[in-house]
Amino acid sequence: METDNNSSEVYLMEGNEAIAEAAIRAGCNHFYGYPITPQNELIEYMSRRMPESGGNFLQAESELASIHMVFGAAAAGGSAMTSTSSPGISLMLEGISHLAAAELPCVVVDVMRAGPGNGNIFPSQSDYSLATKGGGHGDFHNIVLAPASVQDMADHIVLAFELAEKYRNPAMILSDGLVGHLTEKVSFEHIKRLPKLNEWCARGATEPERRVVKSSLGLESQCEAENLKFAAKYEDLKKNHTQWNTFMVDDAELIIVAFGIASRICRKAIKLARQENIRVGLIQPITLFPFPTDVISEFAKKGCRFLVAEMNLGQMVSDVELAVNGAADVRFYGRSGGFVLSPEEILSEIRKHVSRTS
Amino acid sequence: MDNKVLATSPKLFFGPPLHYCPGCSHGIVHRLLAEIVEELEIREKIVGVSSVGCSARLHMYLDFDFVKSSHGRAPAVATGVRRELPKHNIFTYQGDGDLLSIGLSEAMSVAIRGENILIIFINNAIFGMTGGQMAPTTLVGQKSTTTQNGRNPDTTGYPLRFPELIAPLPGVKYLTRCAVDSPKNVRKTKKSLTFALNLQHTNPGLSLVEILSICPTNLHLSPVKSLDWLHDDLVSYYPLGDIKVPEEEK
Repeated sequence: METDNNSSEVYLMEGNEAIAEAAIRAGCNHFYGYPITPQNELIEYMSRRMPESGGNFLQAESELASIHMVFGAAAAGGSAMTSTSSPGISLMLEGISHLAAAELPCVVVDVMRAGPGNGNIFPSQSDYSLATKGGGHGDFHNIVLAPASVQDMADHIVLAFELAEKYRNPAMILSDGLVGHLTEKVSFEHIKRLPKLNEWCARGATEPERRVVKSSLGLESQCEAENLKFAAKYEDLKKNHTQWNTFMVDDAELIIVAFGIASRICRKAIKLARQENIRVGLIQPITLFPFPTDVISEFAKKGCRFLVAEMNLGQMVSDVELAVNGAADVRFYGRSGGFVLSPEEILSEIRKHVSRTS
Repeated sequence: MDNKVLATSPKLFFGPPLHYCPGCSHGIVHRLLAEIVEELEIREKIVGVSSVGCSARLHMYLDFDFVKSSHGRAPAVATGVRRELPKHNIFTYQGDGDLLSIGLSEAMSVAIRGENILIIFINNAIFGMTGGQMAPTTLVGQKSTTTQNGRNPDTTGYPLRFPELIAPLPGVKYLTRCAVDSPKNVRKTKKSLTFALNLQHTNPGLSLVEILSICPTNLHLSPVKSLDWLHDDLVSYYPLGDIKVPEEEK
């Protein structure tokens, strides 16, 4: 811990630990998890800090059990989260779908690694499609946030709990092995304990009306009505909570769209390109669901071209193409298998797609 | 002339008419739960975790708080509920397929952890809701829609006596096997369930009450003949009585 000029507390921490600390400070009092690389520091930190803070930590027998323990804790009124890495997310999908159907707030952290299958333990953005398009069986969406720094890890987990609680829907942090293991300065000072409403939870029937928390949605008309209600929540979410960052876009002829750690690498490449007078900028989606469609669409109409850069083989491209809607050229550059993008390779990709101005 | 009420339905046993087939044992156990919660006055302090199968609608008939789990995960869900509500009574209600087939990992793990919950285990030796397929507790030679020539242990193994399997684990406090085939055994079942719920306050750990039951529809027998099958066949493989009781409670 060090103290800077305005005497605020700044910590030097790993992303996986910062996310755990921030979650506890925001009021998370249930953590259930299973060891998997590269997110082990998170569950280890929780095993120590959660009991200290009066919360519940349990190492579950599997990811499947973890997510259902989260279901039980959330149903009974706890503020619950779990974390895992890509193969573990596959195992959690059953539970995530049930959490969404039962309208239970919770946060799931995915510290992504390369896939499919066991893939390997190196950083990747391999679960974009899984997180944003599916996240389990049925007609629903996860709220998905993509941190790019250790401070983001702390801030996004708080936002994830806030949105999960507001919309009574699972929220997912789509991190990766690199952000998880980055060690940077981080501050928690601004993090306040989030309010928790328990009126719908199953905590014992103290009123004449009892509570049932369930993911069964009834016969056709009831089930459709529930699904439409969920869809309305996603519309509201999209309208009020879509978030993105822009970087050097004002005069850009080429805009890179990149999320998470890839966006940070692209910033470096953009700075290098600007030294060569290349007019390039960045749109960094912070919420992957809801996706910042409108801002991309606006820049497409202005005549910008797009380069999507990801640490996968192009899972976000179709979302950018939908936003652009044929109004501009959309190219892709990505690395898979656990390779981290380098600023130099992004720069050489940028050079291919622009004319130079002097 | 004075009218005296000699018998009535427990107040907590409510909702629509039971959806169960004629002769099914679920209704009896549901009613027992309503009676127990009423008699112990714990409506404010109990949360049930129902599961998947014929008893998935348990929460519709009992007027207290429920969390409904997905298939087999009730022990994990109950673990989360328990950690949030350390002083409550928490139980799961699971059939043989739910507990011992898809949910065996979760069931075994709560036993290993000695999670302070009660598992109410309905063993009728068949998958009911899906139409009579083999369960882990289906008897050797018993016909089901997936063992049409009778269960063959050479290819499917032998039926599982789960309480006997977990009895040596120190976190497991109370194991008993009951049946709801006669008034006497129904009363015994009620006593066991009450005992197990009280134990959560005095001697925390896992309790499991296995209740031998009948599914006449999928046994393709009349309710009366199904009860004969329970006495003659089921009980001879799954003996009734206590399997484990804490020393201090004996």
